[in-house]
Amino acid sequence: MFNKQTHFLASTIVLAGMTTHAMAEAKGFNPDISLILDGRYSSISNSSDYALPGFMLGGEAGRGEKGFSLGHNELILSGNIDDMFFSKLTAAITDHESETEVELEEAFIETLGLGGGTTIKAGRFFSDIGYLNSHHAHTWDFADAPLVYRALFGNQIKGDGVQVSWLAPTDLYLKVGAEVTRGSLYPAAGATKEGSGARSLYLKLGDDVGTSHSWQFGLSHWQAEVSGKEASTHEHAGATETPTFTGDSKVSGIDFVWKWAPNGNSREQNFKLQAEYFQREENGNLVLAGSSPLESTSYNGKHDGWYVQTVYQFMPRWRVGLRYDELNANNSGSDADVLEEAGLVSDHKPRRSTLMLDYARSEFSRIRLQFAKDDSYADSDNIITFQYVMSLGSHGAHKF
Amino acid sequence: MSMKKLNKIILSCTLILSSPTVLAELNVFTCEPEWKALLDELGKEQVKSFSATTAFQDPHHIEARPSLISKVRRADLVVCSGAELEAAWLPLLIRQAANGNVLPGKDGYFEASRFVERLEVNKHVDRSMGDVHGGGNPHVHLDPRRITKIAAALSQRLITLDPANATLYQRYHTDFEQRWLTAIDRWQQQALPLKGVAIVVHHKDWVYLFDWLGIKLAGALEPKPGLPTTVGHIVKLKNRLKTTPANMIVHTTYQNSRAADRLAQLTALPVVELPYTVGGDARVTNLFTLFDVTINKLLEANK
Repeated sequence: MFNKQTHFLASTIVLAGMTTHAMAEAKGFNPDISLILDGRYSSISNSSDYALPGFMLGGEAGRGEKGFSLGHNELILSGNIDDMFFSKLTAAITDHESETEVELEEAFIETLGLGGGTTIKAGRFFSDIGYLNSHHAHTWDFADAPLVYRALFGNQIKGDGVQVSWLAPTDLYLKVGAEVTRGSLYPAAGATKEGSGARSLYLKLGDDVGTSHSWQFGLSHWQAEVSGKEASTHEHAGATETPTFTGDSKVSGIDFVWKWAPNGNSREQNFKLQAEYFQREENGNLVLAGSSPLESTSYNGKHDGWYVQTVYQFMPRWRVGLRYDELNANNSGSDADVLEEAGLVSDHKPRRSTLMLDYARSEFSRIRLQFAKDDSYADSDNIITFQYVMSLGSHGAHKF
Repeated sequence: MSMKKLNKIILSCTLILSSPTVLAELNVFTCEPEWKALLDELGKEQVKSFSATTAFQDPHHIEARPSLISKVRRADLVVCSGAELEAAWLPLLIRQAANGNVLPGKDGYFEASRFVERLEVNKHVDRSMGDVHGGGNPHVHLDPRRITKIAAALSQRLITLDPANATLYQRYHTDFEQRWLTAIDRWQQQALPLKGVAIVVHHKDWVYLFDWLGIKLAGALEPKPGLPTTVGHIVKLKNRLKTTPANMIVHTTYQNSRAADRLAQLTALPVVELPYTVGGDARVTNLFTLFDVTINKLLEANK
């Protein structure tokens, strides 16, 4: 009798446990919705058109707007579809020439616990090459992308396709991944190879050193068969000419991040050192679309660039950061005049030093003041930017 | 190669291949040291446990570090407080680890707070209230009565995951529960003078301990949960303490004592650093010493 009773009691407890479990599951938002709000005011002295000497700018790259402007205002929906798939959609709402546009930043599905450390992602996603590329702009430590990201990636490489990654079953974090994407978005173009024009490979290693230090190191490669990559247009003798590249583009990079927090308690104080180096080689043809008669040249572009930045949270809420950027371009082709017209011949070495101070009222709001000594183009400039970045809603965790 | 040698090789190969079933060690990833300590009681040598955090780290704010992703990748079981305490890092670790066994809802995923009644459950949660959790206050381990319930559920989970060793887990659990219930009786006797004592806390980590011992919450140094202290708030707190006096101020090892010290200067109240979890004091090596030291420190400050 006693046994029966305890058995009944045990079953009731188990049942009660299950009910609270199910209730807690249902309570959360499904899907998670969050809103990122980003606005800024920039003081820029130069009024000349912005160009990076020796590079064809594209994608979202640019110096930024003078005065008040909006940054990345995004609506993010994410959640588990079922026990097998996770999904995420990021829509950036931007103003482009006084028209409001909705731009699809990310729209992907990803497997959950496929087993064996393998994850497959499909849809539109930021490439996992480099360190910063897969980080959302609102998590960046500065108001703008490093110059090497601006010059080579149009701020960030993304694509429509598939990514497969594998995490090794070791204590040392070791992840390898490969991506094949359509190759239609900058810095690729033309959706070559039957719509699979861009591919990449990456390797990441990481670990802790004691309880206060952790690091991550990465190697990556991206390449695309590019057809008709257009740079920002420029006026020439009354006609609008657009430098357009067709050929092979190959990027290789190395990245390193080291983070420190006393006893691993980043809440009070923390320090971050981050550095990346990329080099690119482009081989093919360049035409000035819109010129008459059509001007063209063979084109070999050798580019590289790096940045190093440190961010120090010296007390809760307050951080200070310093970044240095540098780029190199060495372009050649059969017709030097055409290269010159395309803005690909230059003695100027783009570089920039940036200092920032930011204040976070909570982990969801940040206000930033940034000063940049910008020598990225011939007209040296001092740029001061005030920025706010806030996130509302069930905001997900941030990557390392 | 001699026949003997060959036999030896075959034998060792067989041993290596069959070793997983012989050892049957469960790899457990815990978010906080209190759960690692509980697993060490309930699983002993059958369990290889790891804690993602130490007593010196704020479990709300942990980086989703590469090393932690690798640990989750190989875990058979993930044990965490839950109730959104780890919302800023655990979901990302699990998603990146690509380990199907430890997804929420699976047997390999155990949220301790789900097995007990939670306090401060808010129907409506707004971020202007600070870092509050809709599912209630997640710091459930500071009430030993709740640990009794969690231990029963966790032991059951070990049996589900490793049924071959069921009798062993049952024995460990019975042994733990006996010692634990005896200890609870002892702590309750010792802590009788603490009933009705009013305490100012840094963050509301202590509601379960206070609920258990009948301690009154006299205020918090954080103006809103999760927000750093301000000078204005401390002055306000000092004025409030004039009309409703408190006996002491407490904070954890991972919280900076500056704010507590400042209020102490203004009010002459004693400041007590409590271990909060296993490892938070040199003497706190397991769950038993956690409550021994906590109660002793409180009694000491209340003299």
